[in-house]
Amino acid sequence: MADNITPILELKNVVSAYGRIKALKGISLKVFPGEIVTIIGANGAGKSTTLMTICNIITAVEGDILYKGERINNIASDILPSMGLCQVPEGRRIFPRLTVMENLDMGAFFRKDAADIKHDLERVFELFPKLRERRKQLGGTLSGGEQQMLAMGRALMSSPKVLLLDEPSMGLAPLLVKQIFDIIRMINSQGVTVVLVEQNANLALQCAQRGYVLETGTVVMEDEADKLLTNPDIRKAYLGE
Amino acid sequence: MRGSEHWIHMEFFIQQLINGITLGGVYALIALGYTMVYGIIQLINFAHGEFFAAGGYMGVILISWLASQGLHPYACLALALALSMGYCALLAMAVERLAYKPLREASRLAVLLSALGMSIFLQNGLMLTQGVYDKGYPTEITSGGFEWGLVSVSYMQIFIVGLTATLLVGLNILVFKTRIGRAMRATSQDKVMSALVGINSNRIISITFAIGAGLAAAAGIMVGLYYGSVNYSMGFVPGIKAFAAAVLGGIGNITGALIGGLIIGMVEIFAAGYISGEYKDVFAFIILIGVLYFRPSGIMGENIDDTRV
Repeated sequence: MADNITPILELKNVVSAYGRIKALKGISLKVFPGEIVTIIGANGAGKSTTLMTICNIITAVEGDILYKGERINNIASDILPSMGLCQVPEGRRIFPRLTVMENLDMGAFFRKDAADIKHDLERVFELFPKLRERRKQLGGTLSGGEQQMLAMGRALMSSPKVLLLDEPSMGLAPLLVKQIFDIIRMINSQGVTVVLVEQNANLALQCAQRGYVLETGTVVMEDEADKLLTNPDIRKAYLGE
Repeated sequence: MRGSEHWIHMEFFIQQLINGITLGGVYALIALGYTMVYGIIQLINFAHGEFFAAGGYMGVILISWLASQGLHPYACLALALALSMGYCALLAMAVERLAYKPLREASRLAVLLSALGMSIFLQNGLMLTQGVYDKGYPTEITSGGFEWGLVSVSYMQIFIVGLTATLLVGLNILVFKTRIGRAMRATSQDKVMSALVGINSNRIISITFAIGAGLAAAAGIMVGLYYGSVNYSMGFVPGIKAFAAAVLGGIGNITGALIGGLIIGMVEIFAAGYISGEYKDVFAFIILIGVLYFRPSGIMGENIDDTRV
């Protein structure tokens, strides 16, 4: 990506910690508008922590988090969705005792524009027809795949500019995983910038334009996705060769 | 002869049933505050009974003052009810802000102790400002009633049951049909995810305290009208009984609080009527201990359906 474009999201030497244990030891990364960027790495490398730190659920103790060029370190988590920064967290975190429809409504909680909300709801139902069928069911009674769809639908109801996705493939059957990734591409083609955290490096790198490789809280490599995909070290460490 | 004796028993039974519903409704209103607060921040708010007492006092102060301004008694009652509920809602928000919010990240024991401290503080505050003696309620507002043989239903009881039902319906609509209610349920289910969809959990917690205290204030006025007086320490025993009701129903569960309140009210009245009036307070605590021993999750369980807030 050209240097003269401002990144929509940027991390500069971000450090965050659980108590005294540092989980991120100075992460720097850039995400440009319209991209799909993936963060890959082993379990415990700090991928989810990175997303939770961006959303200020975990507070960064050092470094800068910039969104559209503005420092957002001190902006409360519950303000960020209205700025266009949304996350589908690890494990999807569906509200189990709210109905599918209520879960989707929660995605649009901060919005007042009734007509646009209705339009977005139709769009979500077009992407995930299953959700329309199940809209009166409790979130907790859905299958894993349906919960992933609901979590993504809920995030889309916030009309995000940047969507942070944490392990969307986790625990899903291969056919469903393919479907979910197709939808991620479709959402991206409609103008949403995507940050994709994945353990399934192969799939993630095929979907993304660029990738960052995380190891124990630091970025050890960053490159175009297809270059990472053919890099022998990466193939050995993350693609099981 | 045996027939008429049987009928007297029947009338006595019906009378106890009516009294039990009245008292049970009051316990249910208080229990809702315990259960909603527990549902949202897993705190047993031991200061909750004090909102009930504060509501009872504010009610009698306002009714007397409004009456002295020449207002119609019914208007006095309605206005005093609304204002007392508002006053206790604000009081509870202040208590939450001062005594619980700073301890959000602290251990649950710390918040629990803070709640006990708040209870003592509020109760003594009431004693110092209002005195240690009972304060009489103007009972003529709702005097009179219906009688069928030995069964009598006072207008007061009708008023209490009717108001309780109205408040419960209102609460149900608020929690299950409105945006704020959805946010309350979402916050109780997953605070991190609630923040990620843009819900300010501190605001939701504050609103939850306000609603619970408003309901307790209404209960305080009802009890004042029913028994004819209020006392600075009146929050303690009904507070603990309502807590027993919330635990019996399944703490955190709204429907459970209603069922638990009615059961505790019934048991107390029937025990007083058929066993001994002197020991009536004991039965609620026997139930509390029994529930905690045999089924700590209560009748509705904590997590088995969607009526938890």
